[in-house]
Amino acid sequence: MSWLPDATLAHLRDVGEWPDLSGTRYEVVREIGRGGMGVVYEARDRVLERDVAIKVLSRVGTTRAALPDRLRDEARILATLEHPGIVPVHDLGVLPDRRVFSVMKLVRGRRLDEASRDGGLTGALSLFERVCHAVAFAHSRGIVHRDLKPANVMIGAFGEVLVLDWGVAKLLGDESGATSGGPGESRPRRQAAGNTEPGTVMGTPGYMAPEQARGDNHQVDERTDVFALGGILQLLLTGASEPRRGGSEGWDARPRGIPPALLAVCRKARAERPADRYSSVDQLADEIRRFLNELPVSAHSESVAERAGRFVRRHRLPIGLIAAYLAMRLALIWLGGS
Amino acid sequence: MAGVGSRDPETKRRSFEALAQAYWRPVYKYLRLRWHAGPEEAEDLTQELFARAFEKDYFRRFDPRRARFRTYLRTCVDGLVANERQSARRAKRGGGATLVPFDFVAAELELDRQDPVVADDEEYFRQEWIRGLFGSAVETLRQRCEARGRLEWYDVFVRYDLHDEAVGARPTYRELGDTLGVSVTDVTNRLAAMRRQFRGIVVEQLEAQCGGPDEVEAELAYLFGRGAP
Repeated sequence: MSWLPDATLAHLRDVGEWPDLSGTRYEVVREIGRGGMGVVYEARDRVLERDVAIKVLSRVGTTRAALPDRLRDEARILATLEHPGIVPVHDLGVLPDRRVFSVMKLVRGRRLDEASRDGGLTGALSLFERVCHAVAFAHSRGIVHRDLKPANVMIGAFGEVLVLDWGVAKLLGDESGATSGGPGESRPRRQAAGNTEPGTVMGTPGYMAPEQARGDNHQVDERTDVFALGGILQLLLTGASEPRRGGSEGWDARPRGIPPALLAVCRKARAERPADRYSSVDQLADEIRRFLNELPVSAHSESVAERAGRFVRRHRLPIGLIAAYLAMRLALIWLGGS
Repeated sequence: MAGVGSRDPETKRRSFEALAQAYWRPVYKYLRLRWHAGPEEAEDLTQELFARAFEKDYFRRFDPRRARFRTYLRTCVDGLVANERQSARRAKRGGGATLVPFDFVAAELELDRQDPVVADDEEYFRQEWIRGLFGSAVETLRQRCEARGRLEWYDVFVRYDLHDEAVGARPTYRELGDTLGVSVTDVTNRLAAMRRQFRGIVVEQLEAQCGGPDEVEAELAYLFGRGAP
């Protein structure tokens, strides 16, 4: 009998689950991530000689009948989303064991929550605003992500923001079928979306909106992603590992060091009832932009002191110059008097 | 596993042999490293364990709802050693027919290549079980490839998947193809076929060891899918 060293045993355990890509142009290099929906591998495209990411449905603990369609749906949805903040799909195929795989751009970078620690609050909010823009683009195409969380947002080597894993995305629209946009605008057909049965819960606790957690999928819309983005914002502000469940109840009364305006934005995004949240991600992004520009946000009623403080910060340079001028005048008066 | 309790002596014997073949190495090495038994004592205790288990139907008491079989077996080993050493009444064994021939010399050679420190009993036993299972599957794969005249396919598997990383970096498919004089596509296809057969052999072995499809599925999930140990 062959004696196998530990490293070989580990390799055999890995490759025992690797997809059989014989007959394709790809070869697996290593596993780079796994979740409830599938396993992601780094792979090599031998034809174009480039590295790619291959996502394969995981068989363990999955509903075998439903998920291949879901992965196909994801790739087809992604194919309609051409945006620099959304990871493009290159290819789609079926393995000999009938698992579906999709080939995507390989993103090398860091998770949003890791990358956001470098630039302080302003840097984190700027990244968050760009995430909002990518999600808002998907919403403009009638697609809701439904699983937004820091693990699904990568910051590339050149600072590019990329929203990943559209595996549980849902296409919004009426029940009749196609959801057409304006003249000349093509929108994806309804059957290309994740048509989730009522009562089916998909998403990640802590980021999942109450209507999603209840499995009330007819209630799921853009505001469901607003709730998840509120969770990401909360995480970026507090540095906690995961936002607590619930809306405003999930917050401490006044977390230290967080500006009240941002706290209010976060609370509004994570409101229990969809009607109490921002009605669109654009609105949420706009609030962040206003905060960064020292402008008032709609979610927060400022006190006089807050307004004065914001006014000073916003007009720091002219106020500084006036103060310096006045100080100089006072000094001259005092010197002249003495 | 289910056959261990069979009333048919032949079925019972075959099932028991499969279990003994799968687990004697982990038991022997565990005795040597964890209990610091000398080679002779470890051999005796290993033989004793499986002989007693066969004669007294120890393994029928195993309840898969409570633990994995390897955990149950390890506690049997611990109990046996404690009893034997405490009572100091280890009689000279022998006389009973050896059910399964154990290659203790080979096991000793393997011990020379391993870290002699056992940090975690459960983890060590588990890892040795995997080593035995995969080692046996590799040997079966080689025999089947030889029988089908496909040893050159097996060679790709050996050079890539069984590559010892302590010796150097694993070759790329292209390097391997150049070495063997075949295309990269051939390397990919042969590796895929060998991995499929390897996994199939592992499944066959698990079916012989486990109590039913659920246990086989759980072991496969653990071995290849990051399931619970």
